[in-house]
Amino acid sequence: MTILKPYPRLSLPSSKLLARNVSPLRGASQRRNNSSEAVEAPPAGGHLPSIATSQILRTKRESALRTSGLVWADEDSIAPSRTIVGGRETRKMNTYQAIRDAMGIAMAKDETAVVFGEDVAFGGVFRCTMGLAEEFGKERVFNTPLTEQGIAGFGIGLAVMGHTAIAEIQFADYIYPAFDQIVNEAAKIRYRSGGSFNCGALTIRTPTMAVGHGGLYHSQSPEGFFMGASGLKIVIPRSPIQAKGLLLSSIRDPNPVIFMEPKILYRSAVEQVPADDYELPLGKAETLISGSDVTVLTWGTPVYHCETAIHMFNNPPSSIQSAVPTSLRSAKVELIDLRSILPWDVEAVVESVNRTGRLVIVHEAGMTAGVGAEIAAEVQKRCFLKLNAPVRRVTGWDVPVALQYEKFHIPDSIRILDALVETLTY
Amino acid sequence: MSSLARLRIARRLPTALRAHVRGVQTTADTTELHNKPEDLSQPITLKLHEDSFSTHLCEKPSLEVQITAQELMTMYKQMQTMRRMEMAADALYKAKLIRGFCHLAIGQEAVSVGLEHGIEKNDRVITAYRCHPFAVMRGGTIKGVLGELLGRQAGMSNGKGGSMHIFTPTFFGGNGIVGAQVPIGAGVAFAQKYRAEKHCTFALYGDGASNQGQVFEAFNMAKLWDLPCVFVCENNKYGMGTSAERSSSNTSYFTRGDKIPGLQVNGMDIIAAKRAVEYARNWTVEQGNGPLLLEFVTYRYGGHSMSDPGTTYRTREEVQRMRSTQDPIRGLQRYIEEWGLATEQELKQLDKDAKAEVDQAVAEVKESPEPLIKDLWSDIYFKGTEPPFMRGREREEIHYY
Repeated sequence: MTILKPYPRLSLPSSKLLARNVSPLRGASQRRNNSSEAVEAPPAGGHLPSIATSQILRTKRESALRTSGLVWADEDSIAPSRTIVGGRETRKMNTYQAIRDAMGIAMAKDETAVVFGEDVAFGGVFRCTMGLAEEFGKERVFNTPLTEQGIAGFGIGLAVMGHTAIAEIQFADYIYPAFDQIVNEAAKIRYRSGGSFNCGALTIRTPTMAVGHGGLYHSQSPEGFFMGASGLKIVIPRSPIQAKGLLLSSIRDPNPVIFMEPKILYRSAVEQVPADDYELPLGKAETLISGSDVTVLTWGTPVYHCETAIHMFNNPPSSIQSAVPTSLRSAKVELIDLRSILPWDVEAVVESVNRTGRLVIVHEAGMTAGVGAEIAAEVQKRCFLKLNAPVRRVTGWDVPVALQYEKFHIPDSIRILDALVETLTY
Repeated sequence: MSSLARLRIARRLPTALRAHVRGVQTTADTTELHNKPEDLSQPITLKLHEDSFSTHLCEKPSLEVQITAQELMTMYKQMQTMRRMEMAADALYKAKLIRGFCHLAIGQEAVSVGLEHGIEKNDRVITAYRCHPFAVMRGGTIKGVLGELLGRQAGMSNGKGGSMHIFTPTFFGGNGIVGAQVPIGAGVAFAQKYRAEKHCTFALYGDGASNQGQVFEAFNMAKLWDLPCVFVCENNKYGMGTSAERSSSNTSYFTRGDKIPGLQVNGMDIIAAKRAVEYARNWTVEQGNGPLLLEFVTYRYGGHSMSDPGTTYRTREEVQRMRSTQDPIRGLQRYIEEWGLATEQELKQLDKDAKAEVDQAVAEVKESPEPLIKDLWSDIYFKGTEPPFMRGREREEIHYY
């Protein structure tokens, strides 16, 4: 990891440093100045933002109700959309509760909606469907056999008959048997039938990304495998508010959607979630932190690692101060949550990179042919003359997710920080 | 090793043969006339050959069939038209007007036409790639099918699908992925059950697809939830170029549903086919017995697809024997003539009509334009929810929605 190479203290003004061809790295290896002080233990609770203390999570009613892009879905559809938040309630929820809330609303308002998957009638392994069977009946919320390909095919059949089908694949790692049905049937049926059939009413929910101890078959991030399947949409929320709004949009979107829920955030991400029915737009990225010097693009769990990395970058703890040149620390980092992987928000990303001139993409899946590869290729094409550094990808390694080394597999805040420094000093 | 394998096959063969001693027979002309009324608008009574069916965990359908002379004539006309259509497709393919994939159902007409005569309008059908006759029988047109094969706007999917991708409101398409349509059929049947419709779904697949894992997944779900789904195995004896005996440890496909009862049918006699479909429909819809497996023993005269001559894995004599002795259209023709329901002349006229109808459709689709360039990007996402742009055929071609 190059972060261990200390950078020389440079007293260049940041604007100059950000210009091209400035490379403070040269000769750095000859001038190692290892810190001689002993590493101090961090204060209790840590001094870095984590999911528990994230500024990105909206834990106050007022800010929750002002979530950007939120559209109340309970209003008269012909009336102009309002942003008045008076009279709206919020409830403290974690992500699985917000997802459960979204499915409850979808089922209450849509009589044709059914929820099915492995063990969903008992609440599902992550409790996302808890109480749904009791509330809506066993005819509408039912367990399937352990047959992913069958579940996907069955859901497509249900959806082409006009039913709202909300299927759960218990782990995104188990979606591969259903790959054929999703890519060849769900994504293509509208096109190949010349528009006479579609399965737009199908939504496949599936838990994704690392959990810390999932290992080979419970911590993968397969979103990239579906990226070439035009006709599908792929959505990955980062928080309870996002999960509820994006899931309701996905269920109601007239295209088949794969909704991937970062499983570590089911319990750890907590927000005040608007209690009413609302939607958030698909295909739109959201800028979480505005900046002007480098863009960090990510989705799902790494959003919080990026937030930590940006914090460390601007105020490095003493143990890693030597790795972050002082002159860089005032650089303004822009953080974007992509939210929809397909279709991805090219305009927002390109607009940002044209302003900042630098892009770091962070995702948990491996680098080779991951989602970052597609984005990097498109960005270099559209922003070629504006780029001050190569697009940098911080990703999982190109190896299976091993149980024992999972924490080293996923891109953590240190690796992201390293990429920020490297990109800004290119 | 190879000698060992041969030995093993040799040892297994007799058992395999013994199991098939009393399988269904596949002659097309063994149904007998039992009672013919003076007035031919009244139904006549027929008796099917006693070896028309084999069963697994269920009773045999009754062999007595009531049918009008008019319906037999309609069946004849439809089978003849379907064969003409497939022959036209064959010629168009060889003339290079059809590109890509094309799987013809010549020889299997009794299944598609017989199915339609046994079901109701609002039952649903989904099948595999050998789908052209089903699409027409389910409300499509010959022009729509041939137009799709030629990739013209007149096609049922506007020329964007091609063979295998043709749909009508009650026909959920051919399907190019072997076996993939079977769980979809189970889902369609579930929706029918959910809505308490008095209808069922016929999910068809071939003997080749019967070894796909997802077919068994669908069987299990359908039996578990008692779905009104009839799984129909069109056993034409060859999955691509591999015979059923070489691909399947159990070639009695109607017994492969485990707890799902099965019925094996002479798929070359359209009257037996119709009878079996009525039985299956009654089983799932009227009696609410859940799913049923229906196996039609049939035969395809042509190769698997246009690039398969169909003679490398079977003998020309075998094909010739089937054509000359068990052809479903000739079988019905013999019935009609022997029972005095129509004259040879009248049937010849139907043949001519069928040919004229197909010729007309061929002429029309040749005139139909190819799809518009803008349709390259239509029907990918629901209108208005597309990504802002999609890439086109060459580097600088980008379509903005």
